[in-house]
Amino acid sequence: MTESATHGAIDAVWRIESARLIGGLTRIVGDVGVAEDLAQDALLIALERWPSTGVPDNPGAWLMSTAKHRAIDVLRKRTLHQRKEGQISHEVELQLEEAQPDLDAAIDDDVGDDLLRLMFIACHPVLSTEARVALTLRLLGGLTTEEIARAFLVPVATVQQRIVRAKRTLAEARVPFEVPRGADRAARLGAVLEVVYLIFNEGYSATTGDDWVRPALCEDALRLGRILAELAPDEPEVHALVALMEIQASRLGARTGPSGEPILLLDQDRGRWDHLLVRRGLTALERAEALGGALGPYALQAAIAACHARARTGDETDWARIAALYDALAQLSPSPVVALNRAVAVSMAFGPAAGLELVDALMSEPALEQYHLLPSVRGDLLAKLGRSAEARVEFERAAALTRNAKERDLLLQRAADCPNP
Amino acid sequence: MRVMVIVKASKESEAGVLPDATILGAMGKFNEKLVQAGVMLAGDGLQASSKGKRVRFDGAKKTVIDGPFTETKELIAGFWMWQVKSMDEAVEWLKRAPFDGGTEVEIRQVFEAEDFGPDFTPEMRAQEARNREQAAKNAKKA
Repeated sequence: MTESATHGAIDAVWRIESARLIGGLTRIVGDVGVAEDLAQDALLIALERWPSTGVPDNPGAWLMSTAKHRAIDVLRKRTLHQRKEGQISHEVELQLEEAQPDLDAAIDDDVGDDLLRLMFIACHPVLSTEARVALTLRLLGGLTTEEIARAFLVPVATVQQRIVRAKRTLAEARVPFEVPRGADRAARLGAVLEVVYLIFNEGYSATTGDDWVRPALCEDALRLGRILAELAPDEPEVHALVALMEIQASRLGARTGPSGEPILLLDQDRGRWDHLLVRRGLTALERAEALGGALGPYALQAAIAACHARARTGDETDWARIAALYDALAQLSPSPVVALNRAVAVSMAFGPAAGLELVDALMSEPALEQYHLLPSVRGDLLAKLGRSAEARVEFERAAALTRNAKERDLLLQRAADCPNP
Repeated sequence: MRVMVIVKASKESEAGVLPDATILGAMGKFNEKLVQAGVMLAGDGLQASSKGKRVRFDGAKKTVIDGPFTETKELIAGFWMWQVKSMDEAVEWLKRAPFDGGTEVEIRQVFEAEDFGPDFTPEMRAQEARNREQAAKNAKKA
């Protein structure tokens, strides 16, 4: 194997093993920052040795035992230090005991729990949203700081700083490495799901930059979601989120034209939808519903996405059902954006005039003041009603509000398409 | 990216011999790992080629050929669809699969729309759309 081939293999091993590695080490040393440093050290040793020795048969176990040896050193030093200070804690003794025996055996034990704990700690409420996203991608997605920076179009130093600060915050707040139980669990799980969906959405409809979609980020989020679904198989909302992402991702290939311009749902060539992902999405939704979660917020959104996925042509879409699902969603988690979507569904089911009435009621909503989709939807309804002068004004307003270049082009095109009265 | 992992047929698979419990167990474990890692999208084993058919196209003539087919090494006994970050990652995963005895397993990258580049023109897309529309209509009639 050439050196560059070995490096490729090491990158791949890291991507496959790093989360388990960091999870297992965090359990031993009790600090996610120290754990990641230990895992990185082991990786550096591998980078040094494997090009000459070859990649070992069980690279994951090799990395784990290398890192564990170093973890024990860390714990010993900590013990010595505390002994000197006369404050040896029972906790450290326990950690040492746990870390000592059979380094290679039982590596797989508890791995699932460790990964789940790692998800919960990376998405802990003491952290800012940006920090949660960066930490999750780094610790669980196996992405490098550079990859995260590229994905979110921010400088590498910014991401680096976010991660360093996040680790410090977790250490200072003494956040325990655990799976929350009881009343806390639902809220904490919600925070994890929110982060995963945020990553997906940044890939699915990039809020900034020249590209409308960044599929790699969608794939990272989907992978995190699928992993989570295996770790917490009894949680309906986890399956519902996976369903939502699978179905939305199935449209990735159809959502952009040859030069990257967005193609709206009803104009998409449904033959280009990824039917493997559609099927996986529908299966995940069934799983969520079978667990009694049909009315959860992600389940309702997934059910709406499923309505589109099941329609062979745009005309076959069950808009009345979609409007009803949005009704349920609006009651569960009322938001102006949901209200706007509901208005669109109503317009499709019961005509543009009915939709426009609902949209007009949202015009004074402060949360939507800067939201380009409000004038965009209103423009569309006005155009359908033949009020093209008003429609053009709305499309132009929407174009001025969007931060995405490709979307702006589309909106300006629609404005130009409005016939002069 | 998405890859198809293709398991070639063997004398045993062609003879319709089912893998023993040990192999099935090991394979089940491997599949479980793939699912837990969010890598496996789909996968199945195929029955022996003696139960398969081939259709040969030659001008207007279509000839149906019954299995079994002889060239065992060219035949497929099973496949997976994996979602991975790189070909290296696919190779690393495959190295963990419980195969033995000279089995060769092939990894091929799946085409995605952007791979067609500028050659996949709007006209071609439109043509493809028409084909699919027709197929959908036919399906509805059926």
